[in-house]
Amino acid sequence: MSEETTSSEDDITAIETPVYLTYNFTAGEATTRFLHQVRKGKVMGQRCPGCGNVYAPARGSCAACGLPTSEEVELGNKATVQSFTIVWIPIPNNPIQPPYIVANLVPDGANISFIHLMSECDNDSVHIGQRVEAVWKPEEEWDYAMDNIRYFRPLDEPDVPIEMIGKVPLSGWEGKA
Amino acid sequence: MKDIAIVSFAQSDCRRDAGACNEVELIMPVIEQAMQAVGLNNSQDVDFTCSGSCDYQQGAAFAFVMGVDALGAVPPIKESHVEMDAAWALYESMLKISMGQAESALIYGFGKSSPGELPTVLSQQLDPYYLAPLWVDSVSLAALQARVLLDRGLLSEQDMAAVVARSRANAKANNPHAQLAGDVSVEELLAESPWVAPLRKHDCCPISDGASAMVICTIEKARAWGKPYAVIRGIDHRMESHNIGARDLTRSVSTELAAAQAGVDRGPVEVAELYAPFSHQEIILSQALGLDDSTEINPSGGVLAGNLMMASGLSRIGEVATRIMSGDVRRGVAHATSGPCLQHNLVAVLEAA
Repeated sequence: MSEETTSSEDDITAIETPVYLTYNFTAGEATTRFLHQVRKGKVMGQRCPGCGNVYAPARGSCAACGLPTSEEVELGNKATVQSFTIVWIPIPNNPIQPPYIVANLVPDGANISFIHLMSECDNDSVHIGQRVEAVWKPEEEWDYAMDNIRYFRPLDEPDVPIEMIGKVPLSGWEGKA
Repeated sequence: MKDIAIVSFAQSDCRRDAGACNEVELIMPVIEQAMQAVGLNNSQDVDFTCSGSCDYQQGAAFAFVMGVDALGAVPPIKESHVEMDAAWALYESMLKISMGQAESALIYGFGKSSPGELPTVLSQQLDPYYLAPLWVDSVSLAALQARVLLDRGLLSEQDMAAVVARSRANAKANNPHAQLAGDVSVEELLAESPWVAPLRKHDCCPISDGASAMVICTIEKARAWGKPYAVIRGIDHRMESHNIGARDLTRSVSTELAAAQAGVDRGPVEVAELYAPFSHQEIILSQALGLDDSTEINPSGGVLAGNLMMASGLSRIGEVATRIMSGDVRRGVAHATSGPCLQHNLVAVLEAA
């Protein structure tokens, strides 16, 4: 390439090469079992045969023990706030208007949290250890999806001490199932 | 590198579609089998764990991280991953042991290719400026390579069909995990029409879902465990240019270099397991490794019988190790490849203890 050519052309600093790939994504066998139950309005966990921990939604193994979790356990409609954040930034295409609460919630009978929304609450008074319950969509709208539960709302129950979060049995906190 | 022992190996069936199974569900059975063979429970019982996989295959970001759920990694373990075939996870594990940072390692590879269009997905590993934007798929590139070989008279379509016929027959005789196996003649194969000319469909490995796992350790540890083992006497890997046009596609220079470095010619090669995803590539590799009729090539059927992308390279090594551990052979060579038209090659020499 001559000197004249290089000096007369702009440097190319970027090119566009769009990538589009199509996949038939599958959920996993354990998650498939979970989604079939959510379709029927039930939140199911799976118990580790080693340590006894219950996972929801389960991925097919106990991450701590490396054992398959085959035993299905029905979980409660109530849960405990393990952690939360208040979202102030609008997310494109998200119909929920900020500010709103996203929380890690441990359902009664499970030992690991999942992420869901909280509503019908005073954002400033949401706190760790708070007791909440699921508010489901009408049955005719149920699908294979976690948003069959619209959100969780606060319960008038005593807080769960931090060391007990993730250990509340299916019978509930202080026996209040 | 110091001698290292392979003490166990396990592999799943090669299936065209593993259905809903996620990575954890693919991995767990082979890890359990490989660990139990040496009396171990989970990754807590080895010093290091290393895996090979590629998230592009199943289109699930960080699937390789989620795979760790299969290991029993609490309390935390020393763990690593290569976005390559698990044969290179074995290589990393050997370095770890050679540096004295571990005495034992669990290695696994998995591939779930069924959710996507694998040949197209593989086009995205090409150089990002000239080739990837053209979406040149892996089968088309292999077809270009076969065309060069045929046009130069370096092999014939009969030679290629003979590779396939032997693969199918070996898979039928020796490999319960094979996806493609059976008795088929060269004449029958040549009667089929070209698919991506000059390749016929049977010249190309099938697309498979599954996983494989291996446990390695120092020779001292293998003796202490008291189980049969195979010794990795030499290993090396070499890579060629990403620019297809700059390479001599009729031979595998990188395999020749790796073979010399690994010491393939320092003894008889009774058995060789070669990662040749296309029939003509088995011929290229045999020549690069200097193999002749005295070597049994791909007794498992090789990857033409089932190709677990990201696990098949480890499985080639496992296939040779298994034959040594059972006492069937005393010395063999295993090969793994990565990239288009045999771009990157690993050669391992395995011997009886």
